[in-house]
Amino acid sequence: MTSFFIYKAILVVVVFGIMLMAAMYSTYLERKVAAFIQDRVGPNRAGPFGILQPLADGIKMFMKEEIIPEVANKTLFIVGPCIAMLTAIMAGVVIPWGGELVINGVPYVLQIIDFDFGLLYVFGVVSLGVYGIMIGGWASNNKFSLFGAIRASAQMISYEIAMGLSIIALIMMTGTLSLREIVEFQAGGTGSTWNFWNVVYQPLGFLLFLVCAFAECNRTPFDLPESETELVGGYHTEYSSMKLGFYLFAEYINMFISSAVISTLYFGGTNFPFMNDLGLSQNAITILGTLAFFIKIGFFVFFYMWIRWTLPRFRYDQLMYLGWRVLIPLAIANVAITGLVMILTDRI
Amino acid sequence: MKSLTGRAKVLDNPKMTFKERIYLPAIIGGITITLRHLFKRKATIRYPEEKRTFSPVWRGMHVLKRDDNGAERCTACGLCAVACPAEAITMTAAERKPGEEKLYREEKYAATYEINMLRCIFCGLCEEACPKEAIFLTDRLVSTDYARDGFIYGKDKLVEPVDKRVDVSKRQTPNVLEFKKIKHYRHNR
Ligand code: SF4
Ligand code: SF4
Repeated sequence: MTSFFIYKAILVVVVFGIMLMAAMYSTYLERKVAAFIQDRVGPNRAGPFGILQPLADGIKMFMKEEIIPEVANKTLFIVGPCIAMLTAIMAGVVIPWGGELVINGVPYVLQIIDFDFGLLYVFGVVSLGVYGIMIGGWASNNKFSLFGAIRASAQMISYEIAMGLSIIALIMMTGTLSLREIVEFQAGGTGSTWNFWNVVYQPLGFLLFLVCAFAECNRTPFDLPESETELVGGYHTEYSSMKLGFYLFAEYINMFISSAVISTLYFGGTNFPFMNDLGLSQNAITILGTLAFFIKIGFFVFFYMWIRWTLPRFRYDQLMYLGWRVLIPLAIANVAITGLVMILTDRI
Repeated sequence: MKSLTGRAKVLDNPKMTFKERIYLPAIIGGITITLRHLFKRKATIRYPEEKRTFSPVWRGMHVLKRDDNGAERCTACGLCAVACPAEAITMTAAERKPGEEKLYREEKYAATYEINMLRCIFCGLCEEACPKEAIFLTDRLVSTDYARDGFIYGKDKLVEPVDKRVDVSKRQTPNVLEFKKIKHYRHNR
């Protein structure tokens, strides 16, 4: 029993550390990608290729003066970024980071908890994240912040529906809500057993989910809650120092988590092609699988940035139009088509 | 109506086609463009390690030249100050004492000579005006400072050291020397 707790504790710490590191280096990557896309070189002074830049940024954030506005609601002002950070990190609990690692005959699963309602848990926790933004924006007692917060909540609510609907088709296919089982459903990849990743069966669902994920993470082209050009900084206008850092960190962790969820649901998670045909041992497959998983996550994090530095922001009415009148009908159609195909092919 | 440049386009606001309304083709077009830029060679010059080469006619910080024997060439005639459109140059003249021939080439010399680098626009007219080939603009940079006083360069900074001559051959080309000999141009007299 104790060994079980130790293993879980180690796993929790490692996952926590990985998420923080990922968030830190996402900021670096973001700046590099932005720079490269704009034909610049980006940060290159702190350490070789500027890889110590996130540390420098972190130190800067800590050293900055802490300002809480006179008229702000002090408690809520502090609670806001904490909630944003908390919910962002909590979602990492159910992500299946890898398969089973057998050490001394004892199997260790590289996943903190495997809820059989894992997917719902992710949705629940991620949608709680909007409270961080709401509370922060409200407590700042600033018009811009409030606008940002209202936009964020309206946007989150609109896109969550489409997101949930796009997932339903997937759940119909796999018949489970557990993330691990969804990964196992896609096991094998190509090779002797022909079994493709979900994205092959659910291209429309994937597209809808991707768009909604962008909106949920408040990333361009859906970054209306922050929109620097019109709302100064949106919900975090009044924030400074590490509280601002928390919001920014939360954004990057959200991005990381949503990339992980996208990879898990649609891109086979820890599966990689020919995994069962190379004659590898169980542990090797697990380690390679985790590596493959992180490569997939990395690609999607990059994709987020790639899109950010390509597309301009939606207008607010376009955003709402897209959410309610395009994505939701499409998602419902996707559910219907999936059901129809499943009946016709006798897969129920 | 015919436009002046012939490049004007008449715009109407047509309804978006289906292809435009689903955004995706445009988005894919966009991300391919940015992807291409991602791998482009960057134009950045990483400054302290890598320096950009100046153009041959670069006009930077001035130098007051000495002649081959090491005597200052400037005779404090004030033509440079008159020519200067920014009124950046001031000087006081003094008479050369016997025994100072090694130091000053002419009988009259500049006791002080100051250029206010904040006023100077690096036009090079002082160089053009000088009858004694005494002042030249070089490819050195005027360094930054926190106070305005620091930008008033006196003789200590402007006159070239005897042992460390400043090369002005880029600006004093044979062509220029030839041109300066033509006396019927007013400024060459
Ligand atoms: S370069 Fe032009 S502005 Fe500067 S001191 Fe000479 S004449 Fe004056
Ligand atoms: S630098 Fe030339 S123009 Fe100016 S005072 Fe000296 S000799 Fe005359």
